[in-house]
Amino acid sequence: MTNDPQQMNCQEFQAQLAELIGTGQNPGDHPHLKTCPLCRALLADLKTIAEAARQMFPIQQPKEELWERIVSAIKNEEASSKYN
Amino acid sequence: MPNSRFPKQPQDASTGGPTPVTANAGPTSSGVSGSPIDDDVMIRAQAGDHLAFAHLYSLHKRRIYSLCLRMVGNVAEAEDLTQEAFLQLHRKIATFRGDSAFSTWLHRLAINVVLMHLRKKGLRLMSLDEAMEPVPDEGPGRSFGAPDLSLVGSIDRLALERAVAALPAGYRLIFVLHDVEGYEHNEIADMLDCSIGNSKSQLHKARLKLRDALRTSLRGERR
Repeated sequence: MTNDPQQMNCQEFQAQLAELIGTGQNPGDHPHLKTCPLCRALLADLKTIAEAARQMFPIQQPKEELWERIVSAIKNEEASSKYN
Repeated sequence: MPNSRFPKQPQDASTGGPTPVTANAGPTSSGVSGSPIDDDVMIRAQAGDHLAFAHLYSLHKRRIYSLCLRMVGNVAEAEDLTQEAFLQLHRKIATFRGDSAFSTWLHRLAINVVLMHLRKKGLRLMSLDEAMEPVPDEGPGRSFGAPDLSLVGSIDRLALERAVAALPAGYRLIFVLHDVEGYEHNEIADMLDCSIGNSKSQLHKARLKLRDALRTSLRGERR
């Protein structure tokens, strides 16, 4: 087991990957990737998934009627609490 | 004197109302207190002002609804859960003390509504803590595979929707909060009461699981 980035194998590199990605560093500069097509492909896939999520799942707008339902539920709750 | 009448429709804060307030409505709103307008709206809503509550709804409805929708994958259920989250907000808003950003507090409330719903549906998921616990028998997430089966340029929305829906709820939650809604790990850690390291690790495992599922789907298509 090594912490030297130059000497890392795939397992060691991937064990650090969550932290590397999470801290906003560019893992693409890691020395291990210069010699490892498998980990390069893994990193490219993970980046693609994150980008696809943002592009394909835009923030959605609920129907306008939902507000009316919420108001009605609140009024019912307020009315029932008056009588209890 | 608080406004005791609800408006027929709340003014949509995102489409150009007179006082659009966005500082506390979404990701990276890391400040504990919001802008002065946020504080004013909050104080009025806590005092029972229905117009102020409607304003809070208009600011946060999209993110809460989208979170519910991505967690349950069904419009009708997502509407019910959004309704329940805002109903609970109305009940509990007076207890908000500003220890965290309002958006974080509201998301935590909505997440608990969603998890409770999933539990009622028979999903083995007792609490948020359990949702955040690592799945047993999983290592740090090693992934190998043929580089020729690349996902770059090959992901379609349906396949991604299916893969996200099949994720364990804890992973799905982190993935939706980070990759779909754009929250930072420190904000997610606040919402879920977990460490930042846990949030990073769960997100990474979620993406690895999605990669496996998407590659399997792609392999099937190419046969």
